[in-house]
Amino acid sequence: MRTFSELKKNLKKDFSLLEHKKVAILGDTSTQLLYQAIRATGYDKGYNLEVFEADFNQIDRQIFDPSSELYEFNPEFVIIFQSSHKLLYSYNKMNLNQSYSLADERIEKIKEFIHVLQVNLKAKIIYYNYPEIDDAIFGNYANNTTLSFLYQIRKLNFELMNLTTSQRNFYICDLSTIQNQLGKSVMFDTSVYINTEMVLSLDALPVIASRTIDLVAALSGKFKKCLILDLDNTTWGGIIGDDGIENIQIGSLGIGKAFSEFQYWAKKLKQRGVILAVCSKNTESIAKEPFEKHPDMVLRLDDIAVFVANWENKADNIRHIQQVLNIGFDSMVFLDDNPFERNLVREQIKDITVPELPEDPADYLEYLYTLNLFETISFSELDAERTKQYQVEAQRVDLQKKITNEDDFLKTLSMTSLVESFNKFNIPRVAQLSQRSNQFNLRTIRYTEADIELLAQSGKYYTFTFTLDDKFGENGLVCVIILEKLDEMNLFIDTWFMSCRVLKRGMEGFVLNTIVEFAQLNGFKNIIGEYIPTPKNEMVKDHFKHLGFQEIGGKWQLELSEYQYKNVYITKK
Amino acid sequence: MDAEKILKDVNEIFIDVLDNEDIVLTRESSAKDIEEWDSLNHIQLVVAIEKHFKQRFTSSEIQNWKNVGEMCDAIAAKQNQ
Repeated sequence: MRTFSELKKNLKKDFSLLEHKKVAILGDTSTQLLYQAIRATGYDKGYNLEVFEADFNQIDRQIFDPSSELYEFNPEFVIIFQSSHKLLYSYNKMNLNQSYSLADERIEKIKEFIHVLQVNLKAKIIYYNYPEIDDAIFGNYANNTTLSFLYQIRKLNFELMNLTTSQRNFYICDLSTIQNQLGKSVMFDTSVYINTEMVLSLDALPVIASRTIDLVAALSGKFKKCLILDLDNTTWGGIIGDDGIENIQIGSLGIGKAFSEFQYWAKKLKQRGVILAVCSKNTESIAKEPFEKHPDMVLRLDDIAVFVANWENKADNIRHIQQVLNIGFDSMVFLDDNPFERNLVREQIKDITVPELPEDPADYLEYLYTLNLFETISFSELDAERTKQYQVEAQRVDLQKKITNEDDFLKTLSMTSLVESFNKFNIPRVAQLSQRSNQFNLRTIRYTEADIELLAQSGKYYTFTFTLDDKFGENGLVCVIILEKLDEMNLFIDTWFMSCRVLKRGMEGFVLNTIVEFAQLNGFKNIIGEYIPTPKNEMVKDHFKHLGFQEIGGKWQLELSEYQYKNVYITKK
Repeated sequence: MDAEKILKDVNEIFIDVLDNEDIVLTRESSAKDIEEWDSLNHIQLVVAIEKHFKQRFTSSEIQNWKNVGEMCDAIAAKQNQ
């Protein structure tokens, strides 16, 4: 991590070409340097953050006064930083026998903040939780009594986690974890605290800023989707081709432990929905042998979506993995113990993340924990299925190579689709896709779960979800449509996004057929579409043109009376 | 480390933290003479000096320095302890 003074040099650079976002910081201590750290870190991560920094200790006024500068600024993100020190100050002023209520009172206050902010803004709220302070009044007995500050601060952090499940657009940035990683003596600098009004040390600022921008990026739809692993001395100890399967290091002994625990980490990520791929310089059959036969391997072949082991250039192999998975390089992480390979991949593939793994494998995990590579803002059980879907996709690619006529190929797939409107079962997945879809997304309007629930209840919108299954397996929910009723005649396609996994399957035609059928049954005359360009969605630039829409004043219109139903090989379930 | 060398190191720290190549410090330089040297940057200078010389100053020392000379004297005094 760069030091604060190195980071600060970013502030003089040219931000004009970067993605613009408006962020407000409200703190009960001085946030001037935090502001600088956040803006400077934003530069490294591709954002031009326009930051509104309230004068310190103005949280209440900025939030509760509807004419405050905060509301005038109209941010997309509001960061609230109430410090442990000011919390301790409140505790100090309480009568000790009243202090059992500290956490509850603070939670009520935070709920008010959230409520008022959400009435007045469409912003996402990022709340910094509380790094622990033990004031040593009770010793270890602090764990036994609700009156201790330690009890209250821990309770508060726990209740904040609970709060995220009941409050929409409310996210925690975990300062407590950062303090655990850095140590309190690094996190907090007494001379900085005494001489300024800041509770964060200069060394903590870059870490906190980075963790904050991770959240901003994830909430803006940018996160890592795939982990690519090297094998020898990364996934196991030793070189399989030289040492043989009996002699690689893995399991519960010595350095083997480090590799086993590393594999558990990768396996948990896979279960969370991160796609695992292998990219190794090896003979394929030898590289696969431990996955098939070694009793101590945690990762097995069915955990790996794409397995590439050959003697080609690793950058080329990663490009191949990217093509199969059809995701951006900026959503991929490559782990390799070899500095040469890391540099080669970094040089040839600009946007990929290649962490500088420590030399000693014993340090891999602790180092990876500090990077916070896999920020996410949602989790659903479907995530765990993702690897299987990509494996199935690899089989389809094989079959497609054998059958040259596209229609014949599509017929043999026996595709079916379940069409439903939004309901409580599919809303989490819809919200998640809404955050993730970048390429096949016509207007790239991001909806959170809470937004979607509101929308589903409103009478003005009609919603559709589509699954796609075929003889190889299930793709799950792959396409979402939101139609807005403009008037009795016209329907507007507010949202159309689709998973790129199901391209070239006739899904676009099937979806349009479904919408047109619905529109005709309900007496509409026209469907209107719009394409809003982003850096990532060029692939759908001519989407409406290809489907037979006519361009009228920057938008696309389809007259239903002239519509010819598309020929597709997907059956409605 | 002699006084001249301390002043030279401190000067480099000022250039780095304040991001201004043109800063030339003398023992008499004070916050009035250097535009970027405000209270917010002062604490960053102190933290950088502490790191560089592997020293730690008390809060009252930090507040009482009137110019660069006093800062350098404090550094020299700590080195001789």
